[in-house]
Amino acid sequence: SYFLRHARSRNYVSESEVCKLESVPLDFGDYHPLKPITVTESKTKKMNRKGSTSSTSSSSSSSLLDPLSSVLDGTDPLSLFAAAADPVTAAPPTDGARRKRDKDEGSAVGSDFEPWSSKRGEILARYTTTEKLSINLYMGSEKGKTTTTGSAVSEKVRTRLEELDDLEEGSQKELLNLTQQDYMNRIEELNQSLKDAWSSDQKVKALKIVIQCSKLLSDTTVIQFYPSKFVLITDILDTFGKLVYERILSMCVDNGVSLPDNFSPESVNDTAKETCLNWFFKIASIRELIPRFYVEAAILKCNKFLSKTGISECLPRLTSMIRGIGDPLVAVYARAYLCRVGMEVAPQLKESLNKNFFDFLLTFKQIHGDTVQNQLVVQCVEIPLYLTLYSPAIDWILQCIAYHAPDVLLTEMMERCKKLGNNALLLNSVMSAFRAEFIAARSMDFIGMIKECDESGFPKHLLFRSLGLNLALADPPENDRLQILNEAWKVITKLKNPQDYINCAEVWVEYTCRHFTKREVNTVLADVIKHMTPDRAFEDAYPQLQSIIQKVITYIYDFALLFSVEKFLPFLDMFQKESVRVEVCKCIMESFIKHQQESTKDPVILNALLHVCKTMHDSVNALTLEDEKRMLAALINGFIKMVSFGRDFEQQLSFYVEARSMFCNLEPVLVQLIHSVNQLAMETRRVMKGNHSRKTAAFVRACVAFCFITIPSLSSIFTRLNLYLHSGQVALANQCLSQADAFFKAAVSLVPEVPKMISIDGKMRPSDAFLLEFLCNFFSTLLVVPDHPEQGVLFLVRGLLNVIQDYTWEDNSDDKVRIYTNVLHLLSAMAQETFIYHVDKVDSNDALYGGDSKFLAEINKLSETVVSQILDHLKTLGKEETLRRQSQLALYFFNTILAHGDLRNNRLNQLSVNLWNLAQKHGFADTKTMVKTLEYIKRRSKQPDMSHCSELALRLPLQSRT
Amino acid sequence: MGTALDVRVKRAGKVYRDGEILSGVVVITSKDTVQHQGISLTMEGSVNLQLSAKNVGVFEAFCNTAKPIQIISSTIEMVKPGKLPSGKTEIPFEFPLQMKGNKVLYETYHGVFVNIQYTLRCDMRRSLLAKDLTKTCEFIVHSLSQKEKLLPSPVDFTITPETLQNVKERASLPKFLIRGHLNSTNCVITQPLSGELVVESAEAAVKSIELQLVRVETCGCAEGYARDATEIQNIQIADGDVCRGLPIPIHMVFPRLFTCPTLETTNFKVEFEVNIVVLLHDDHLITENFPLKLCRM
Repeated sequence: SYFLRHARSRNYVSESEVCKLESVPLDFGDYHPLKPITVTESKTKKMNRKGSTSSTSSSSSSSLLDPLSSVLDGTDPLSLFAAAADPVTAAPPTDGARRKRDKDEGSAVGSDFEPWSSKRGEILARYTTTEKLSINLYMGSEKGKTTTTGSAVSEKVRTRLEELDDLEEGSQKELLNLTQQDYMNRIEELNQSLKDAWSSDQKVKALKIVIQCSKLLSDTTVIQFYPSKFVLITDILDTFGKLVYERILSMCVDNGVSLPDNFSPESVNDTAKETCLNWFFKIASIRELIPRFYVEAAILKCNKFLSKTGISECLPRLTSMIRGIGDPLVAVYARAYLCRVGMEVAPQLKESLNKNFFDFLLTFKQIHGDTVQNQLVVQCVEIPLYLTLYSPAIDWILQCIAYHAPDVLLTEMMERCKKLGNNALLLNSVMSAFRAEFIAARSMDFIGMIKECDESGFPKHLLFRSLGLNLALADPPENDRLQILNEAWKVITKLKNPQDYINCAEVWVEYTCRHFTKREVNTVLADVIKHMTPDRAFEDAYPQLQSIIQKVITYIYDFALLFSVEKFLPFLDMFQKESVRVEVCKCIMESFIKHQQESTKDPVILNALLHVCKTMHDSVNALTLEDEKRMLAALINGFIKMVSFGRDFEQQLSFYVEARSMFCNLEPVLVQLIHSVNQLAMETRRVMKGNHSRKTAAFVRACVAFCFITIPSLSSIFTRLNLYLHSGQVALANQCLSQADAFFKAAVSLVPEVPKMISIDGKMRPSDAFLLEFLCNFFSTLLVVPDHPEQGVLFLVRGLLNVIQDYTWEDNSDDKVRIYTNVLHLLSAMAQETFIYHVDKVDSNDALYGGDSKFLAEINKLSETVVSQILDHLKTLGKEETLRRQSQLALYFFNTILAHGDLRNNRLNQLSVNLWNLAQKHGFADTKTMVKTLEYIKRRSKQPDMSHCSELALRLPLQSRT
Repeated sequence: MGTALDVRVKRAGKVYRDGEILSGVVVITSKDTVQHQGISLTMEGSVNLQLSAKNVGVFEAFCNTAKPIQIISSTIEMVKPGKLPSGKTEIPFEFPLQMKGNKVLYETYHGVFVNIQYTLRCDMRRSLLAKDLTKTCEFIVHSLSQKEKLLPSPVDFTITPETLQNVKERASLPKFLIRGHLNSTNCVITQPLSGELVVESAEAAVKSIELQLVRVETCGCAEGYARDATEIQNIQIADGDVCRGLPIPIHMVFPRLFTCPTLETTNFKVEFEVNIVVLLHDDHLITENFPLKLCRM
């Protein structure tokens, strides 16, 4: 220690006058990095998949666009992938592209038409079976026949027609005892082999596969699976139709120019036409009715290549062809397929759609005929179940008919259905398919019809459910509303089977919430509880119950009102499975955070929500995922922030205490509580304008104590450190000096525990940057902390220095020295007569010691030690590989001396010159920086009292680059 | 393969009529130059009569007409002996399809006992060391339109147990009434056979209703003849127990190649019939036969 350090004395007020930046009025219209990204105009729309930037409008001041949420807005690549990969919900990926192209053709249906793809998943999920299925791809039976009849037929003359009927020469494949899953896999295999056959140019084999598949649709064994089978097999047909169409389209490519989307048959070349004709001839010779129908329907679109009127001629013919299908269920699905293809290819041809429905009505009586009844007896299927099998098909046909149809037509359809004995099955389909507004406007009529209708096995509760679904979408006339509810609920409440009941009730809750007050909602909830409690029926109905809750909170988001619905909480009690319970709680809290505008102290809300939050909190265990925890904590924090007892601070604090005991397993909540309590203390201080009374002083100490005992229970070390510091500052601001001391001591003693690596977002990262940041922050606070009368001078600073000294730093890092340099900043600030800042009503050391020379001597002694440490370190960096660091560090130290040291002191002056030279010695200094530093010194020398700087400047040579 | 020979006619459908000009190209592809002894192209049309097994014994004794009857034949020399360059060589050709005198060009027909076929055969003769190359290509002849023959001839029919012939035990038959009509039994070959059928009533459940297209081929000469009926195709128009009283469409497309306009010559005849076959659930088979007259427009 050969060196004495002198702090430059500062006049902070005048310095700040000089140094203050010229204030520039901010122009808010200008660019700001935190403003939402705006793209005013994009030339093409093709980028819309890359969600994050493209969608915002040019109104930049409107609601903040969260780039994350916009990415998630339906276009995020993961869900896209998932949708494409999911074999059940997704049609072949190219399907979307095709649909898009169809849409461009202008004549196609709009987006308001619910596409088949959205129905298929529903059907597959609903119509399932546990019975064994079989696939009978029996090829070659035809062949046996021909060889016996015409023994004289020579091989040469064997027709291609006959070949069509066997897949592989004489093969007969019957797969028995398949489970539903096996069956679906098999069908998928067939779909794949169709594509393979096609791509390997085996067109005839592809056709055979399609024929064999569509044959499966004439088989009605395991009838309850039929709708799903229909879905699976028509997927294959769609694939086939697409393949054929695209193949023929590709033949029309002339000199690299493909046909426009709305081409006319004249522009199709002869080869393409011939190929197309060939397909139709082949299909026309298929022996069996059902495959012939389906395959021809599948390639209906190809008629476009042959003539303009082809499709409009084919559709009515195919429609009447279905009359030959004897089984009413098979027939109605064939009609549904034809409507589906028709809507896709030629939606303007409405006549065939209507014809299909009328034909269906004509054959309706068959459903109750002997043939069907016998079949049901054999299969042990009840009539109500059987009738529901029709729904998807009839719904679809009616939906196609009802699409953009005038009310007159719908009324006519309704009348026709009515004439047929007001059949429940039809009524239900009418309600599912027609526009909700149409239904809602005639709600009372429908209720009348439902009551009168001939049930003939079709469950009535389904009718009420369908009606309810419509009423959830469209409003009935004002005057009828209550009567509708009464009539409907009268029936619903009488349902015996809890599943039937809840499916119905779920739908009607929405109607109730929409149009009525909490009284009615309460009644409905009470009724649901009454029905679902016996035999713990609720256990099988969690999804429906959950959806009820969701609907209730969607419509009643005033939580005071919500919790005054008496049955709401008892309703929640039905969620006894924890995972579901937590989900429901989350929904409630999300709604609360979204809708609650003002903070509340309503005891009903608080109690209820505390209960809800407690449920969420209690679900946390060792296996809970971090994300889940974070989400729960965010919800609970949102709630805590919304609780305010106004001026009743005591109550507020006791709420926090209670919350702490409730949510002790979620750290983010504890952190929030500490912040809230600190805020409470500061709020008290603000109210008392800094002059605490005895009572408020005690209260503030209670707040401080709360924080002090809560912090150690946290696990993250930096959270603890920062909270200690923060709470210490709050304690200091509230004149709780000994408490503040305690916080700072705790922080000091915690520093040695900081690990070298910490986990951030699941990755291990070095902690030094965080520690450096924290310590600098800590030093700034320590300036104003007054010394404890019983401890030595600068007790805390010394303590901290010791800790830093003993801390095991990374081997080749200069962090310790950087911190020491920062300590010098602190010490020079402490040496001033008046500190740069103070805490109101707290005497810092400047006032306590009044510039006492002993105090200053202490500071100098400390400085000396620190400086010698720094210099020692600089010496150790003299090796070849550390010269760059030495240069940087020397310059850093030089700057510190320049800023804080009194350069009139000769030794200090000499030291700075030495450092300057050291920094440049090995050529690692950045010339630009050095030049600028020198210029700065020269400029400063022009200020009063700074003339010595010019001498210094003369002694600082600039090393020229060679 | 060193050298490939291909014959391509111009029209995608390969369909030509009497009086038209059959044109196309012979395509020769080879990596090297081709040495040959001349390339010729032959157009041939012939009727092949085949004798059915059950008749053959008796028949052969009388007549010896099983050899093909030539309708048309002509050969042209396309290239004189010489060399063809390597790569692809296309040689165009044209044949007028002109019959002499009163003769007509029969329409292409592929049957069981009667076959009417037209071919183009290209022969490339080569030196002793290399094999001769031959490529055959079928083309299709449609007869000229026969407007004068087409008169619409609708047929109504009613089928009940009483109208049936060849019934063993009429008493055991279930009661049924099937009505319907064919729009015409004189059919244009390119238009489908059409009509309607109504199952008014049936005691037994219907299993299937089918349209069976049958060809009736007669071969013979002055000494005797053989007549055989065989099925061409079977088209199901109803599957299962159809709704009573609801008209079911009758619709059948005549298959190409396997049908031709009804043909009567001195040596052979080709005629067509359709059977409406109703299959009941107790395996009763009811058939109603309608002779057809096909013509081309």
